[in-house]
Amino acid sequence: MSSTSIQPSSLDTPWALPYKGHVGMLCLILAESSIFAIFVVAYIFYMGKSLSGPTPREVLQIPVFATMCLLSSSFTIHTAVAALRKANLAAFRFLWFATFALGAIFLGETGHEWYRLIYERDFTISTNLFGTTYYSLVGLHAFHVTVGLAGLLIVLLLALPGKVRPEHSAQVDTFAMYWHFVDVVWVVVFTVVYIVGR
Amino acid sequence: MALRNLTNLTYSRFEIAMAKVCFMVAVALVSAQSCFAFAQASPVPNIFKPASTPADATHRLSLFVLVITGLIFVIVGSLLTYAVVKFRRRDTEDGREPAPVYGSNQMELAWTVIPCLIVLVLFLATARVIYSVQEAVPPATAIQVTAIGHQFWWEFRYPALGVITANELHVPVSDPSHPTPTFIKLLSADTDHSFWIPQLAGKTDLIPNRTNSMWIDPHATGMYVGQCAQYCGTQHAKMLLRVYVDSPEDFARWVDSEKRPAISSDAVAAGRQIVERTACINCHAISGTVANGRFGPDLTHLMSRDTIASGAAPNTHENLKLWIQQPDAIKPGSLMPAMNLSPQDLDEVTAYLESLR
Amino acid sequence: MSTESIALTTVGEPARPFGDAITSWVTTVDHKRLGVLYILYALLFLLIAGLEATIMRIQLIVPHNHFVSPQFFNQMFTMHGTTMIFFVAMPMLFGFANYLVPLMIGARDMAFPRLNALSFWLTAFGGLLLYFSFIGGNGLYGAGAAPDVGWFAYAPLTAKAFSLGHSTDFWTLSLIVSGFGSIGTAVNIIATIASMRCPGMTLGKMPLLAWLNLVMAGMVLIAVSPLTAAQLMLCVDRFLGGHFFDTQAGGSAVLWMHFFWFFGHPEVYILVIPAFAFVSEIVPVFSRKPIFGYPVMVAATVGIGFVSMTVWAHHMFTVGMSAYGNSFFVITTMVVGIPTGIKIFNWLGTMWGGKLIFKTPMLFCVAFLFQFLVAGLTGIMLGAAPFNWQLNNSYFVVAHFHYVIVGAIVFAIFAALYYWFPKMTGRMYNEGLGKLHFWLFVIGFHLTFDFMHIPGLLGMPRRVYTYEPGRGWEVWNLIVTVGTIVQGIAILTFAGNLLYSMFKGRFAGSDPWDAWTLEWSVASPPPEYNFVKIPEVRSRRPLWDLKHPEDPDWKYE
Repeated sequence: MSSTSIQPSSLDTPWALPYKGHVGMLCLILAESSIFAIFVVAYIFYMGKSLSGPTPREVLQIPVFATMCLLSSSFTIHTAVAALRKANLAAFRFLWFATFALGAIFLGETGHEWYRLIYERDFTISTNLFGTTYYSLVGLHAFHVTVGLAGLLIVLLLALPGKVRPEHSAQVDTFAMYWHFVDVVWVVVFTVVYIVGR
Repeated sequence: MALRNLTNLTYSRFEIAMAKVCFMVAVALVSAQSCFAFAQASPVPNIFKPASTPADATHRLSLFVLVITGLIFVIVGSLLTYAVVKFRRRDTEDGREPAPVYGSNQMELAWTVIPCLIVLVLFLATARVIYSVQEAVPPATAIQVTAIGHQFWWEFRYPALGVITANELHVPVSDPSHPTPTFIKLLSADTDHSFWIPQLAGKTDLIPNRTNSMWIDPHATGMYVGQCAQYCGTQHAKMLLRVYVDSPEDFARWVDSEKRPAISSDAVAAGRQIVERTACINCHAISGTVANGRFGPDLTHLMSRDTIASGAAPNTHENLKLWIQQPDAIKPGSLMPAMNLSPQDLDEVTAYLESLR
Repeated sequence: MSTESIALTTVGEPARPFGDAITSWVTTVDHKRLGVLYILYALLFLLIAGLEATIMRIQLIVPHNHFVSPQFFNQMFTMHGTTMIFFVAMPMLFGFANYLVPLMIGARDMAFPRLNALSFWLTAFGGLLLYFSFIGGNGLYGAGAAPDVGWFAYAPLTAKAFSLGHSTDFWTLSLIVSGFGSIGTAVNIIATIASMRCPGMTLGKMPLLAWLNLVMAGMVLIAVSPLTAAQLMLCVDRFLGGHFFDTQAGGSAVLWMHFFWFFGHPEVYILVIPAFAFVSEIVPVFSRKPIFGYPVMVAATVGIGFVSMTVWAHHMFTVGMSAYGNSFFVITTMVVGIPTGIKIFNWLGTMWGGKLIFKTPMLFCVAFLFQFLVAGLTGIMLGAAPFNWQLNNSYFVVAHFHYVIVGAIVFAIFAALYYWFPKMTGRMYNEGLGKLHFWLFVIGFHLTFDFMHIPGLLGMPRRVYTYEPGRGWEVWNLIVTVGTIVQGIAILTFAGNLLYSMFKGRFAGSDPWDAWTLEWSVASPPPEYNFVKIPEVRSRRPLWDLKHPEDPDWKYE
């Protein structure tokens, strides 16, 4: 059946809409922020309300090195995307690998901290309210780092044989947004858990 | 003092007049069962028959809100009805489309500003009642009660009077010239519950690991009914609640008798011994015996109560036997276990319990 | 233009046509097919949850009835509520959003078609997971049990100590799974609207349906995520021995309430805003006038979106908040009534001076307007905190939110189902059966939910499997149950109409309503990829411009 077609009319302005990947990622980040906000609220709400020990001050050490690694990975991924845009593939690969390595170091440090807490201090998620909120919040973040590392690795494996090219920079940039988000969340978690909560 | 003030919440003549009109409508709507006098205990826990200051303040606010919302309904509803009737397409018309109207800023402004004013008025009226009820300070003459919600019954303690009872709260009537309100501290032993006697006050939840409070000052003697109003598990429906508002003399008499230890009559010694060597004592307390459990109601003065199983059944000989032997017949899912006593033991235990006046 | 030229048909020997059809539906990433799947899935669960409601009403027809056990009754209201919200209302509205948004903004599909399919199947399997609890709740060796903690599952009733077995685990896991589905769909709707609009369709020229779904999707991101977070915490408690809501270890039952209602109240608006969207599309077409006050409608919707994030604790007036806290939530609750009122007035303004055509979709819209008005006004009553102390958790509340969800949302959904049925199937529904359905449903609805307010005013709490005689509740409960049965008959009429018209209805053509938005410019049902040539628009009513070249909208807007 012949349907009505809309008369083509020359539009006065060029028609440009935002890249859907960016919009989708921003939406995902909004939803994720909402999830993290709830965990942060629970953490703050239960600060100092545990009925038994240990307290944060007794068991937590400030993870300075891990934090530096994660924060600098934001810088490396940003420069990596810039290099990709400029078609500097070697620099992209190197910086992308550096991002992955820094993220992996962060995750390793978190794992080390947990090992120490669980096996040396006998402090677990069911010990008290602090344990429940601490492992949940830090664990939720570590889970996001893990997902991010998986994504970084996939891009890295594609980039090594040269399959990631400048025309993919929008997609790669979309992923970089996620990684920046993971970084920003860490700043919040770090502040709440290791500075305010300790 | 705050208590005095709030009994004299001032309302303008207009408000009262409107409230009266609305009350007529509400009564006609709500219950065809006629409007008896106010401030009377009634078997129907009608929120429009308040018998205590918090319920009364709420009642008056609710009439005010009903008037406003009723007016809005009449006005907007009439406009809608008019539009539906007037602007329906007639068969006689030509096929022309009606004139397009895209909007009107004046109209939009009007129907934004007027609702804003209504909201402001409603908010102020509401906030006044919130503060008057929530910020009331107990006078020295107030009775202090601690109510503890259990799955699925109520524990009432009068710390100053040394009384512990269950499911049936006794309070003195409060004379406005000499108020003796009852302030109730609300706690929970397990899940969330909610204390609701519609004629005396709105509900307040009993939440574990949290202390809430509410107060009532009943103006008339009688028995007021209510029940748990927050879903608390299987038998939420039969977590019934009674408040007996006694004259000051009756209340004093009731307190005196409740303070005494359990009657220990030799005639029912056999039943007492059975109770003392079975699982009864793990959950129930009977003063003067080894029974000191706290999971179930205190049985020291069991026969002073009109009901058993938190109001689920009248406190009769037959029901008592049934409840001991087969609780699920009265309240399936209650935490009272079936005691599986021999018929003879059951009679002895029942006889003993019936001696606990 | 011919649709055949772009219809992509699978070439190959039709060895197993039925199997192929199933495969093509299961593996589809087409937004229209996914939309239809969502809608059919929601209709299936509507029947199931309706049956659960009927069981409850039969139990309550007289006091001390023994139709079902208390345990079963408690499972029924939990499953009824959870199913209706998460597996009827949300999938239904997502289905329409999926189907309509790309068509109405002149796009060939959603922004992320595969994410779209993933979201649907997450939601679908979430529902199956919930219902699997009937078999697996206590493990297969036990008889199995559905969750019985109520749809808002207040702590600590959900703790291991009070909820043994796995029934609550099924509940929480199914909501996590379907929650991810909802978030995926919301991401997709926003990306589609932001990045896929056809040339000329600026935000100010978008159909209201797209606008309202945009706001809805934004609210899903902000409000459904906290539910997911809270359910994750509950999982930590139940599976890992955590203490988030463990009152024995210092945890707070009230914190769960805050988290739940921070989702729960915006959820009402997540459901009702798409319902507004349907009404905003249907009322103009059947009044033969453009929507009145388009920019104000958009602004009011965005306003509702924001304010509704600040009202959640009005579900908690009885938990003992401070007088200050209570007053704060009173004012925010009442303020949300203002933009909502503005919307009602604008619909009224749209009808005013029009030529109203009372086809079935319009009948449902008119009933929506009256019932939504009442629902809003009882909402104001509940928003006045002291009045709420009396009404909260009583049958008045049950009546109020059913007025919103059935009286407004379900009525709008029926309007939408009838309105877009010819577009989705290519065939017209049966008008006589449609009107019969309408009148039966209106009568049943009012019998049930008008009279349900009264036992609440007389002190009857909700979620009771039985009640005491002599409290003045008997007659009202009887009427309510009778109304439920009338509603059931109405729903069966609807189902019959649907099946009959699907196969026997007359062909509808591409534009049976003489409507103005882009979905009516393509064939019914629309071909895959919708538009052979991406349209260009110059006003909010592109088809009006086309049909009335002498008097186009874009000259006035």
